[in-house]
Amino acid sequence: MNFLNGMTLLLVYQLVGEVTVRLLVVPIPGPVLGMVMLFVTLMIRGRTPEPLENASTALLSHLSLLFVPAGVGMMAHFDRIADEWLPITLALFFSTIITMVATAGIMQLTTRWFARSENGGGQRDE
Amino acid sequence: MNEPAIRDIWVYLSASPLLGLTITLVAYGLAYRLYLKSNSSPLANPVVTSVAMLIALLMVTGTSYSEYFEGGQFVHFLLGPATVALAVPLYQQFSRLRQLWLPVTISLVCGVMIAAGSSIGLAWLLGGSTEIQMSLAPKSATAPVAMGISETIGGIPSLTAVLVVATGIVGAVLGTKLFEWMRITDDSVKGIAMGVAAHGIGTARAFQVSSQMGAFSGLAMALSAFATALIVPWLVDLIGI
Repeated sequence: MNFLNGMTLLLVYQLVGEVTVRLLVVPIPGPVLGMVMLFVTLMIRGRTPEPLENASTALLSHLSLLFVPAGVGMMAHFDRIADEWLPITLALFFSTIITMVATAGIMQLTTRWFARSENGGGQRDE
Repeated sequence: MNEPAIRDIWVYLSASPLLGLTITLVAYGLAYRLYLKSNSSPLANPVVTSVAMLIALLMVTGTSYSEYFEGGQFVHFLLGPATVALAVPLYQQFSRLRQLWLPVTISLVCGVMIAAGSSIGLAWLLGGSTEIQMSLAPKSATAPVAMGISETIGGIPSLTAVLVVATGIVGAVLGTKLFEWMRITDDSVKGIAMGVAAHGIGTARAFQVSSQMGAFSGLAMALSAFATALIVPWLVDLIGI
C-alpha cells in the first residue's frame, strides 16, 4: 500500500499541474508545475511522508530506464537526422560540453567568491 | 509448429503493448548487467546499449516504432511522475541549497542560457533549419519538460526527446573526464554542472561517483527544468526567431 499511496500522490500533483497549466495557459509543462506545488506542500508540512519518499526514490533510482523508449524513437527520425546530421550532431556534442564546462567554471568561481566575501566581510545571514 | 500459428502469435504480440513493454525492461536489464560487468565504465552507459539493442531488434523483425511504443509508452509515461518526484530531493537538500543559493542561482541561469544559446547558435552556424534549432534548444532539460518547450517554440517534440537522450549520454560519458581535466574536486560543483547540462542520465551517472554529487545533480536537474521552462521561450523571443 505504501508505494501505491506515494505513487498516487505523485500522479495527483501531476494531474493538478497539467489542469492548472491548461486553464491558465502558462508556458510551463504540467509536471514542472506539479513539482513546484509538491515542493511548496513539503515546505509547509515540514517533512516528507514515508510513502512519498519510497515512491520518489523508486522512480528516481531508475531514471535512466525511463529515457529508453524516447531514445528508441531515434529510428522514427532516421531520415530527418540523416538530412541534417552535421548540424545536429556537432551542435549537440559541443553545446553539451560547453554547457558542462561553463556551468562548472561559474559554480566554482562564484562558490569561492561568496565563501571568501562571507569570511572576509564577517557578514552572515542568520 | 506450423507457419500460420507463429504468424498469428506475432500478429497478436505486435498489436498488444505487452511485447514493447517487456522488451524494454529485458533490454534495460541486460544493458545494466553489462554496465556492471564493465566496472561501471561510462562508455557502457545502459541507455546507449539498451537503445541500440532495441533498435536492432525492431529493425530485424520489421517492427515499426509506433508498434513498439504501444508498450514503450508505459515506461515513457513515468517521466511525468518522476519529474514531480524531483520535489523530494529538492526539499531534502533545501538546507544546503539555502547556504549556496546565490552561486547555484547564478550558475543555473547562466548554464541554462548557455545550453540553449550555444545549441541554437551552433546549429545555425552549421546550416541547421529553424525547426532543428528549436528542437535542440531545450535539450539539456529533462524529457517531459524539453518536449513541452519544444512544442511551444516550434520544434519537433518527438525529435527533441531523442536529442535529450543523446545530450544526457554525451554528458554522462564525458562529464567526469571534463571535471578531471578542469581539476574540479568539489562534488557540489560537479553535481550542479552535471544536472544542468545532462539532466536525468547525467544524474544517474553522478550517483555512481558519490551520493553528494548525485544529490546536487538531482537538485540542479529539478531547478534547471523549471528555469529552462521560464528562460528558453523568452530567449527564443529575444533572439527573434
